[in-house]
Amino acid sequence: MANIVQFENVGLRYDTGAETLSDISFTLRSGAFYFLTGASGAGKTSLLRLLYLAQRPSRGVIRLFGEDAVLLPRDRMPGFRRRIGVVFQDFRLVPHLSTWDNIALPLRVAGMPEADLRQPVEEMLAWVGLTERAEARPATLSGGEQQRVAIARAVIARPEMLVADEPTGNVDPDMAERLLHLFESLNKLGTTVVVATHDLHLLNRIPTAQMMRLDHGRLLDPTGSLQYPPSPRAEP
Amino acid sequence: MSRASERRVLDEAGGVRAMTWVMAIMLFLTMLAAALGLGTAGAARALDRQLAGRLTVQIIDGDPVRRDASAARVLATLRTLPEVTRVAAVDRAELTRLLRPWLGSDGADPGLPVPAMIDVDLGGQDDAAVAAVARAVRGVAPTARVDRHETWMSPVSGVMRSLTLLALGIVLLMAGATAAVVVLAARAGLETHRATIEVMHMLGSTDLQVARLFQRRVAIDAAIGGVAGAGVAIAVILLIMTRLQGLGSELLDGGRLSSTDWATLGAMPIGFIVLAMVAARATIVRAMRTTL
Repeated sequence: MANIVQFENVGLRYDTGAETLSDISFTLRSGAFYFLTGASGAGKTSLLRLLYLAQRPSRGVIRLFGEDAVLLPRDRMPGFRRRIGVVFQDFRLVPHLSTWDNIALPLRVAGMPEADLRQPVEEMLAWVGLTERAEARPATLSGGEQQRVAIARAVIARPEMLVADEPTGNVDPDMAERLLHLFESLNKLGTTVVVATHDLHLLNRIPTAQMMRLDHGRLLDPTGSLQYPPSPRAEP
Repeated sequence: MSRASERRVLDEAGGVRAMTWVMAIMLFLTMLAAALGLGTAGAARALDRQLAGRLTVQIIDGDPVRRDASAARVLATLRTLPEVTRVAAVDRAELTRLLRPWLGSDGADPGLPVPAMIDVDLGGQDDAAVAAVARAVRGVAPTARVDRHETWMSPVSGVMRSLTLLALGIVLLMAGATAAVVVLAARAGLETHRATIEVMHMLGSTDLQVARLFQRRVAIDAAIGGVAGAGVAIAVILLIMTRLQGLGSELLDGGRLSSTDWATLGAMPIGFIVLAMVAARATIVRAMRTTL
C-alpha cells in the first residue's frame, strides 16, 4: 500500500507558547485504519487539524497525497480538503440546514448538479439509518443522530481519507459500536481512516487497526511502526 | 453550488434587512443628485445653444431721426455680411414691453431717447465672425455698441456648470458611502456566519464560493432597496419637473431631462447593485485570504 500521509519532525506551536506537538514523525498507509489515542490535552485534536489542513505546522514536513502540504498554495487547499472527510468532535452541523442538506453539503461544494444529489444523499441517509429524519434540523436530533449526520457528511463525497475526532465521545456504547462499524465499512471500501479517541474499548473492535499514541505532544513510537495491540510498555 | 442551495447555506430569514433600507435611501439621494446634475447640465447646454453666435447692436443717439437713419444703415450693412444668418430690428412695441418693469407706461413716450436695437444671429460662434460684424457696424455707425449675449450670461452658465460638478461629486460620494456600508455589512455577515463558513471551508469550499453566498445576499438586498429608492426618486423628479415646467422659464425648461438622462437614471439602480456585489465579493475574498 502507498503512503497517503507522511509527517517528518513536525512541530506545532500556537503563538509564542510551548510546542503543542513536538518531533512528530509517522506514515499512514493508504487504505489502513488508525486509532490516535492519548489523554485529554495530549495533542490529538492538534494533530488531526494538521491532517485535515486546518493548521500549518510550525516546523517539519508534511506530505499529503504525495505532495508537500506545508508549502501547498492556498488556492490548492480546497482541492485537497475535498479528498479528506472530517468528523468534528462537536459535529459542526449547519444549524439551519436539514439533515438532508447537511449531508448534501460536500457534494454541493464540489459542484454536483442538484438533480444528481438525490441518490447519493438518500443512500447515505439509509446507511446511517436516518431516512426518517431527513427533514429534521440538527437542534431536533439526538446526540447520536447528529453524530451520524456528521459522519454521513464526512463520507458522502467518498474521501480518500477520513479523519474523526472523538466520534464516539457523545454517544452510548451501542451507538459507539455502530458508528465504528460505519467507519470499518468505509475502510473496507478503501478509505484510510484515522479515529482519535481516548476510549480504549474501541480499539478492540477493529483488530486490523494500528495505533498511534500521543503523550504531551509527542508520539510514543516515533518510528510510526506501532501495531495493534499496543505493546505493554506503551500502554497508557 | 446552485442558487437554490446557496440560498439555503446562509440562514436567510425572511423580512427586510437594514441593508435594504440603507440601499433604498442611498439610491434615492443619489438619483436626486444625479437628476439635478443632469438637469443643470442640460440647461447649461441649452443656454449655450441659445446664446452662442447671438449679438445685439445698440445705436444710442438722442436725435431720433439720426438714430433711425443709423439703424437703417446698420441693418442694410448687416444683411450683406456672409457671417450673418438673421438680422432683425427690435420694434418700438417690443422695446416698450422690455422697459415696462422699470419705466411703466412712460416707456411708451415717443419722446423718450430709447436706443435702437438690432438682433443678429451669426452662422458661426468664433471670435473672428463677431469682430468682422463689429467692424462693419462701426464703419457705418461709429457710436453703435455690439454686445455678445454669451458675455452677459457666462456667469449663469458658470454657476450651472458648478452645480453639475457638485452633483457629480455627490453621486460619487454616495457611491463610495454605499460601498463602505456594503463592506461593513459583509464583514458583519462574515462574523455572524463564521461557524458555517469554517465548515464549508473544511469541506473544500473555495474563497469565491463563500464570497458568492454573500454576494448573492447583498445583490438581493440592493435590488429590493434599489427598486424602492429609485421608484420614489423618479416620482419626486417627475413632480419637480412638472412644477418647473409650470413656471414657464426658458432657462429652467432647458433643464428638462432628455431620454438619455432618463436612461442614465434608470441604469443607476443596476450600477448600485453591481457596486454592492463587487464590494461584498472583494471584502469576503480579502477576509478569507487571512485564513488558511
